[in-house]
Amino acid sequence: MKKEWLHIWRDPRTLFILIFMPVVQIILYGFALTTEVKNANIAIYDQSKDEATLEISHEIAASRYFNLVKNLNSYKQIGETFRQGNTRMVIVFPANFRNDLLHTNSAQIQLIADASDPNTANTLTNYASSIISYYQQSLNNNEQLPYTIKAQVRMLYNPELKGAYSFVPGVMALVLMLVCAMMTSIAIVKEKEMGTMEVILVSPLKPFRIIIAKTVPYLLVSLMNIITILLLSIYVLDVPIVGSITLLMVESILFTLTSLSVGILISNSAQTQQTAMFTAMMSLFLPTLLFSGFMFPIENMPWPLQVISNIVPSKWYYIIVKNIMIKGLGFEAVWKETLILVGMTAALFGISIYKFKIRLA
Amino acid sequence: MAPIEKVITANNLTKRFGDFIAVDKINFDVNKGEIFGFLGANGAGKTTAMRMLCGLLMPTSGEATVAGFDVYKQTEQIKKNIGYMSQKFSLYEDLTITENIRFYAGIYGLNDAQIKEKTAILIKQLHLEGEEKTLVRALPLGWKQKLAFSIAIVHDPAIVFLDEPTGGVDPITRREFWGLIYEASARGITIFVTTHYMDEAEYCNRVSIMVDGRIDALDTPANLMKTFAADSMDEVFLQLARKAVRTGD
Repeated sequence: MKKEWLHIWRDPRTLFILIFMPVVQIILYGFALTTEVKNANIAIYDQSKDEATLEISHEIAASRYFNLVKNLNSYKQIGETFRQGNTRMVIVFPANFRNDLLHTNSAQIQLIADASDPNTANTLTNYASSIISYYQQSLNNNEQLPYTIKAQVRMLYNPELKGAYSFVPGVMALVLMLVCAMMTSIAIVKEKEMGTMEVILVSPLKPFRIIIAKTVPYLLVSLMNIITILLLSIYVLDVPIVGSITLLMVESILFTLTSLSVGILISNSAQTQQTAMFTAMMSLFLPTLLFSGFMFPIENMPWPLQVISNIVPSKWYYIIVKNIMIKGLGFEAVWKETLILVGMTAALFGISIYKFKIRLA
Repeated sequence: MAPIEKVITANNLTKRFGDFIAVDKINFDVNKGEIFGFLGANGAGKTTAMRMLCGLLMPTSGEATVAGFDVYKQTEQIKKNIGYMSQKFSLYEDLTITENIRFYAGIYGLNDAQIKEKTAILIKQLHLEGEEKTLVRALPLGWKQKLAFSIAIVHDPAIVFLDEPTGGVDPITRREFWGLIYEASARGITIFVTTHYMDEAEYCNRVSIMVDGRIDALDTPANLMKTFAADSMDEVFLQLARKAVRTGD
């Protein structure tokens, strides 16, 4: 038993995992990873601006679930707002809301939600509906004739609220990250383990060429993966590709390159296949799952985790795929994310080439 | 007799890792076509010295040339002119014999015709006819070793560096392996070999013995035995190695 303690103490990595994993997990699952939605960005298009609509707007804006970011002035702006991508829901009050309510005893409110993330969309419309019905009840307390306010819900992009709509982009990010990063890092480290890397290093091959030769096959495998996933999603899951397939493929190749560079980077520091695999899991798989926004909405996380989520490449790729594939947006909607990925790739690739040790120092 | 051509020269070659002096001002020359044994206990600095010569490690100080090229500035040229076989054989276990040959010949820039020709010669030399499509994994250790050596010299380098090439192999296979080394040497390839086996040291033209990062003895095996009044290289080695302060790897 004493021997086992010594093993644990002398291996800082095991020690780290043993002590910090529970802490990290508790914090993550406790605070960050709730599917509950808080502070979702919404916009309001109020065409009547009367007492009633203002009061409802006020109630909604005051709720901790919503964060009113914009007041819109035309229908055209609704589309624009969604295209920008930060707004989860738009609430539309028709003209003469209060008049209708007072004279016909019924009125309508339209809730338009971005259902490319179906869970969030569902939750948000439910919250909004309950705030509205609460308001309705408070009116009815003082009146003989019951008022009814009908919330008409419209799910944008994904009218049937299919989980696959958010699942497919997430899986694409996950698979590409895993195949590329894990496989390349394992492939390079395997050569180190077998001693063949030493021989290759003694040969006149340039590091750049070694890296390219090591990555291109995995790039092709990943491309096949992308195509398979897309075909499956179209024909089996009925998730259409609304936007440009070419753009989607180009962005996917870009993300593949990002993942490959991450893989090379891992292989530079890892000495055994096991370490490489472990590092890849810890640094890629989990963050992709947690921070890409595909399982858990990022807005709900405390700000330190939101900051961390920004350095996870999958987050940006996930946004890109969703925008192109589900929302059918063009390059103008994803250029920022694309630029971030290009930057990340260039930096990672640069570091890995630089660190790739031509001398086994 | 023509003047002896020196293919490796080392002049006060030193490598430090922090405070630790792995290789301490070693001096030696290796002549063309020679089989040069590089002996030493574990941790004496053999591998470090060899890596500096192969261009894998940058020396801390001193000078050295390999095949006439400087180890500081001309590692690219050095790499083109040497072959290298590591302790681990460094063949791809999941590739066939011919695929391994193809790959290594390819990274040394041989063209397809040359590779084809070399492959045929190699297969014949190693009596591997009919085994071309066998995965290296399935070969006995001794064959892997011989194959690895043949591949290390597939591009006819000026010098081949062998890092403990015969570890874990039975005496008969070792003898066969040395047969290959002699053949290569007869073709004019200089052999630089590290080993633990003192019987192998006796196969070398000249040997150097490293103790604690220094070269304590360098001569032909016969002369060394005379100098140390020993009956075998084993005894020579033990006399020197006992002085060592450093132990183990």
